[in-house]
Amino acid sequence: MSTRTVIAGESIPALPRHVRLKHDETRGAWVMLAPERVLMPDEIAVEILRRCDGKATVDAICASLAAEFDAPEQEIREDVVAVLQDLADKGFLIA
Amino acid sequence: MSADPPLALLAELTHRCPLRCAYCSNPLALDPSSGEMDTGTWRRVLDQAADMGILQVHFSGGEPTARKDLTDLVAHASGRGLYVNLITSGVLLSDELVAALADAGLAHVQLGFQDTDAARGEWMSGYDGGHEKKLRAARMITDAGLVLTVNVVVHRHNAVRVPEMIDMAVGLGAHRVEIANVQYYGWGLHNRAALMPTREQLERMTPVVEDARERLKGVIVIDYVIPDYYANYPKSCMGGWARRFMNVTPAGKTLPCHAAETIPGLAFDNVRDRPLAEIWEQGDAFARYRATEWLPDGCRACERKEIDWGGCRCQALALTGDAANMDPVCRHSPFNAGVRVLAEADAADGAGDLVYRSYRRS
Repeated sequence: MSTRTVIAGESIPALPRHVRLKHDETRGAWVMLAPERVLMPDEIAVEILRRCDGKATVDAICASLAAEFDAPEQEIREDVVAVLQDLADKGFLIA
Repeated sequence: MSADPPLALLAELTHRCPLRCAYCSNPLALDPSSGEMDTGTWRRVLDQAADMGILQVHFSGGEPTARKDLTDLVAHASGRGLYVNLITSGVLLSDELVAALADAGLAHVQLGFQDTDAARGEWMSGYDGGHEKKLRAARMITDAGLVLTVNVVVHRHNAVRVPEMIDMAVGLGAHRVEIANVQYYGWGLHNRAALMPTREQLERMTPVVEDARERLKGVIVIDYVIPDYYANYPKSCMGGWARRFMNVTPAGKTLPCHAAETIPGLAFDNVRDRPLAEIWEQGDAFARYRATEWLPDGCRACERKEIDWGGCRCQALALTGDAANMDPVCRHSPFNAGVRVLAEADAADGAGDLVYRSYRRS
């Protein structure tokens, strides 16, 4: 994190090694585990994060979400960029 | 009642530590090495933790790397799906140990510094040569590909160097830095008059941290813990008593927080005698101050009661004599004015003699 990562359409987001997204059977919920932090991402964030595989661009993730949820891509893009930028600023996402 | 499972287990593997920091949060009565649980017992505790839904384990101490079986325990915890944090002074780390811990599945290391000034830091820790070893440890950690948090404990004698602390963490490639003012428990409480910052120091420190947070957004995460004697409202201690954390001492005692043993009249179950999940749900010490039913009158109608859960029980005990009182750092506490007077008197006291952490003769 020597410089701030700015999320753009061509960014390829991925979870770094120290962040783990997993489905917790006890709570019946997705959890994101990070250094001394447990985050409970909401359903939208989970759908975004599951697509952050280090291969798909933000553009591709938005297109995939727009198709799956039958929603306007521009609205989705705003949510996606906001979620990813926030996570990148916390050191929970690389791109 | 069925309590939600805790998020994290604080596993204090040992109270042994080469450092003797005067603000150590360990109890004044340290567990001797002869009473430490063996590897098999800790493995069973980790299994029970994973089974009950605990998500993270923090291997701490004392100095957890003083345990020869640390790598084994990290591998066991990681193998059970737990996210494994190591909280260390770094002075016992070697390239070989760091590599072995990384291979075992360690996710994150929190490395503690006493200062940015080597001589002043070593005065606080009572450990010569520690600062250079810590700098080397930071490089070992990042070279192994592990994510690093730098923790620096702040008090009257180093508060002026908060900007350098942040710069040091950035320079070491840390993901996160904790600028953590001493919390006054254990040895920290014992040394309070020698450590308490002045109000002016706090007032200078806070804007420095806020400015750095903005300037370094996306570069490093800055966690900031103020000396709560000067706060308006109490901290949400442990995220609420028995809501998120469970602490296991080197000898296997289960605690809602690391200072809970100071509270008289609480019975602490031992993991050698009772399963962890049962202790969490039914144990006397955990049930006593859980949620809001027990709250004192002054907290019951407060809109913040599910934010800070009445604050800290150990602090209520230490400063008012009764653990069931409102945390007296709260502005609504009848004891609050006294706490502020106490803090300012300690800060002005100028006492510099430290009582170093040590095993005492009983």
